[in-house]
Amino acid sequence: MGAGRLGAPMERHGRASATSVSSGGEQAAGGPEGRRQEPLRRRASSASVPAVGASVEGARRDRLGSYSGPTSVSRQRVESLRKKRPLFPWFGLDIGGTLVKLVYFEPKDITAEEEEEEVESLKSIRKYLTSNVAYGSTGIRDVHLELKDLTLCGRKGNLHFIRFPTHDMPAFIQMGRDKNFSSLHTVFCATGGGAYKFEQDFLTIGDLQLCKLDELDCLIKGILYIDSVGFNGRSQCYYFENPADSEKCQKLPFDLKNPYPLLLVNIGSGVSILAVYSKDNYKRVTGTSLGGGTFFGLCCLLTGCTTFEEALEMASRGDSTKVDKLVRDIYGGDYERFGLPGWAVASSFGNMMSKEKREAVSKEDLARATLITITNNIGSIARMCALNENINQVVFVGNFLRINTIAMRLLAYALDYWSKGQLKALFSEHEGYFGAVGALLELLKIP
Amino acid sequence: MAECGASGSGSSGDSLDKSITLPPDEIFRNLENAKRFAIDIGGSLTKLAYYSTVQHKVAKVRSFDHSGKDTERDHEPPYEISVQEEITARLHFIKFENTYIEACLDFIKDHLVNTETKVIQATGGGAYKFKDLIEEKLRLKVDKEDVMTCLIKGCNFVLKNIPHEAFVYQKDSDPEFRFQTNHPHIFPYLLVNIGSGVSIVKVETEDRFEWVGGSSIGGGTFWGLGALLTKTKKFDELLHLASRGQHSNVDMLVRDVYGGAHQTLGLSGNLIASSFGKSATADQEFSKEDMAKSLLHMISNDIGQLACLHARLHSLDRVYFGGFFIRGHPVTMRTITYSINFFSKGEVQALFLRHEGYLGAIGAFLKGAEQDNPNQYSWGENYAGSSGLMSTSPELGPAQRARSGTFDLLEMDRLERPLVNLPLLLDPPSYVPDTVDLTDDALARKYWLTCFEEALDGVVKRAVASQPDSVDAAERAEKFRQKYWNKLQTLRQQPFAYGTLTVRSLLDTREHCLNEFNFPDPYSKVKQRENGVALRCFPGVVRSLDTLGWEERQLALVKGLLAGNVFDWGAKAVSDVLESDPYFGFEEAKRKLQDNSGIDIILGVFPFVRELLLRGTEVILACNSGPALNDVTHGESLIVAERIAGMDPVVHSALREERLLLVQTGSSSPCLDLSRLDKGLAALVRERGADLVVIEGMGRAVHTNYHAALCCESLKLAVIKNAWLAERLGGRLFSVIFKYEVPAE
Repeated sequence: MGAGRLGAPMERHGRASATSVSSGGEQAAGGPEGRRQEPLRRRASSASVPAVGASVEGARRDRLGSYSGPTSVSRQRVESLRKKRPLFPWFGLDIGGTLVKLVYFEPKDITAEEEEEEVESLKSIRKYLTSNVAYGSTGIRDVHLELKDLTLCGRKGNLHFIRFPTHDMPAFIQMGRDKNFSSLHTVFCATGGGAYKFEQDFLTIGDLQLCKLDELDCLIKGILYIDSVGFNGRSQCYYFENPADSEKCQKLPFDLKNPYPLLLVNIGSGVSILAVYSKDNYKRVTGTSLGGGTFFGLCCLLTGCTTFEEALEMASRGDSTKVDKLVRDIYGGDYERFGLPGWAVASSFGNMMSKEKREAVSKEDLARATLITITNNIGSIARMCALNENINQVVFVGNFLRINTIAMRLLAYALDYWSKGQLKALFSEHEGYFGAVGALLELLKIP
Repeated sequence: MAECGASGSGSSGDSLDKSITLPPDEIFRNLENAKRFAIDIGGSLTKLAYYSTVQHKVAKVRSFDHSGKDTERDHEPPYEISVQEEITARLHFIKFENTYIEACLDFIKDHLVNTETKVIQATGGGAYKFKDLIEEKLRLKVDKEDVMTCLIKGCNFVLKNIPHEAFVYQKDSDPEFRFQTNHPHIFPYLLVNIGSGVSIVKVETEDRFEWVGGSSIGGGTFWGLGALLTKTKKFDELLHLASRGQHSNVDMLVRDVYGGAHQTLGLSGNLIASSFGKSATADQEFSKEDMAKSLLHMISNDIGQLACLHARLHSLDRVYFGGFFIRGHPVTMRTITYSINFFSKGEVQALFLRHEGYLGAIGAFLKGAEQDNPNQYSWGENYAGSSGLMSTSPELGPAQRARSGTFDLLEMDRLERPLVNLPLLLDPPSYVPDTVDLTDDALARKYWLTCFEEALDGVVKRAVASQPDSVDAAERAEKFRQKYWNKLQTLRQQPFAYGTLTVRSLLDTREHCLNEFNFPDPYSKVKQRENGVALRCFPGVVRSLDTLGWEERQLALVKGLLAGNVFDWGAKAVSDVLESDPYFGFEEAKRKLQDNSGIDIILGVFPFVRELLLRGTEVILACNSGPALNDVTHGESLIVAERIAGMDPVVHSALREERLLLVQTGSSSPCLDLSRLDKGLAALVRERGADLVVIEGMGRAVHTNYHAALCCESLKLAVIKNAWLAERLGGRLFSVIFKYEVPAE
């Protein structure tokens, strides 16, 4: 369950898609669609590859052993190398159950010549995405997450992180059509369930061929990559010290230098839990349908809120102990027979069995209780998985954690408390974007 | 986390009439002899437990004093029968809605005459709330017991003492309940108690258990969150809503995320990707039913997943579920079972308990009764005094039932001696006593229920005739008829009511009902007469056997064993003939089998035993502890043996030298459960190194044990005295079963 990958067949499919990515560049040029392509544009694009980028890429290829050469490059060589590098624009797309995550690489090393030759639609996309922080009524660019001066495939630029609700996917595809995306012959690498769900729409409405990728492959690839490049000089990974103490609680950087083994808990609409043993060796341990979608869905029903932000804001002002029945509500204190502390929740929403108490709670209390319920449950399942898999570092990612310090601190505390300090909860700044980053890396064939 | 019931909710049953008139005798039975009390007060149900002494009549046999008298006189009974009062111990458990608690306490107070008890053990979330009321009404001091400790004690007790206590729930199969044979080693197991929260406890031994985990998402979450979402206040109503809802309207399913592609990806599109994932919208209304269903799935799946994770961590595959969330609700048993199967991929079994609701009360009672060592005894479910699974006191008339609300009863009789496995069972965990599962086999069920219905008149007549001097025999017999008839009707509707339905359970239920109305041994006089006749025939039979050559003699002995077996008042075909023709007997049976025969024990078994003794074999002769139909009881067998010893030097010396041992089986049934045998018999079997087991009679060798695998040689023999069964087994009425088995190497 969860919005993550659900079974082996998908894995096969994912791999097959990945294979098609590697030939993506050629396909764009020489495939069925390529035939409709004007020769001029091909040349125009190829001419736009700058020498400096190629040299970096050359170095990169060098490591792979297929190319070794000096930094000086001939135009011809650039031309041949270019074939290994997809055309701009570079996108990675992760279409989840609730949110679409889009990463966009904005080349900052465009030469005047390149700029001149850049086709209008490509330029307009670049300008549109980079000069706005909001798109339509629901699209948002997380400016604070932007990764600056990144070098990808020999090109220098910034990585932008954009999200919008999945129900606006039709509008997005329509926009692609309006902006004449298909003429760019770019390959859209997409992951998440929506890559399958919207594949046909992309093709028929947007005239765009999606390259579908396995979402767990992408997730892991994305996390490892983003962790390796850091966060504009800061650490990507962090943890909380004294998470239960609002005075002393501190968010501190964590060096994930020994990442394996790692339990990866991806909290999107649903939750997927993976045990990662190495870059290429991981398994999906389990998942739960009680995820971010459940929190938000229940909050909508219970409080009438309309946005995730609103739900979290209400939760921050509520008191869940009015809603939940605690151990001390039953036993007057700790339940010593079982070593349960009095503050522990014995029954989520347990007080709501009583009519009087139902009448006495506020919407904020209900939002808070919903948040605590879902978060504790995820922590509990994660802890059991970590025990079963014998792993002691647990990385929580996914958009449920976005601006959700309450949940993160609770996860940190619960994991530490119930494991008696054996387990460490880790978090990552780009919490929900790893799948999309992984998709972009697939496009660029970055291992 | 810990079951805390739903105290404070107070919503359940508010609308019911509190001034209800209870049908007291039917519910708080034998209260005047009640000795010790315990109470478990949950969120909506109260479970009362008490121990009582039951006085009932038993038929005792006693040898006449023969000293100096002519013992060979004809027409004198071989022994005398005296009906005596016997006192046995019984546990009573009654479950009722909290609404009735005050009325019930008043009733108990008025009827409590003999008790010397000063305290009442109390457990459950409501124990605190009702403490003052109990102390005031009953004038007993309330002693609070730990909820989980009680629960686990109760669980151990029912797993050990009640056959077919645990079952798996299978939706879409008929019946949905599949009962488990009792495992000889009940530990270790995982108990998942779903009260308002969830507690997961690993139970390792009788006294050692450990809280291994829990979850706050439990029955209280379903109830509390459900009440908020649907404005429905009662737990049962929420479940009812859920059973009618479509969760796919509220939940985000895999197919919602993947579109139609889930099929090509080999995913199940119906899996829930995100519970309540579709409700994250302001512009849509959701039906109460759909939300309740979604909530039920969310909670059941979550509990099932956690249970599987814990089972895996502790390498346990038996997980019992209890608590008010489960309590007899097919909806929750179904969703929990589904979840366990899904998350464990079939490796873990979700087990439920027939008497789950009583665990706390049983445990609390046992805590209070520790000085009486109730755990050193074996106990047996009394089918006459217990309500079945999913049936609310079905034996009450419809009018009474309507008034009594949901009163549910369990009675357990203390058995005289502890029961254990026959040490010679090849694989105790897989031993199933019964040959045909009537819960499963609808055709056989219909036949046997009808068969027992039709035989009822005869049983009633026999019962009345057995007590010619009693003025109320007819009245009692009529009550017996009504009770047993009602049980049979319940079993027609709910064959799963008392665990797996078998011919054995139908026979046992009849015995329990007869005992209930003081017909302890309707056949005692018939047996007395038959034994008298047979004893007189014994010397002649032995003499004629001794004239035969070895091979002929063996054949004659076996035929004798089988011929005696025809005299079975339980089999309708036989009892019809016997009732209509008083002269039918020995000669008739001989004709049916065309050869020498004798009456079961004396002319069949004893000559056979004598032959074994002659060839130097030691023999343990095990007979029923208590009466069942016309089967010989241990008491009778002792007298018969004594009389035979007086006539026969072989038996005489064997008895004296303890080469022939007469023991009791621990059973009072025409059938035999080899996993519940008298501890003394089991010890003797082990001590003497028994290497051959002979099981004789239709009840013990065909209805039960026909497929029993032993680790030594065995001989199962019987005459099929039932036309339908004969046909089913591919033979004719009065065909012979003679099954000699050697264990596979």
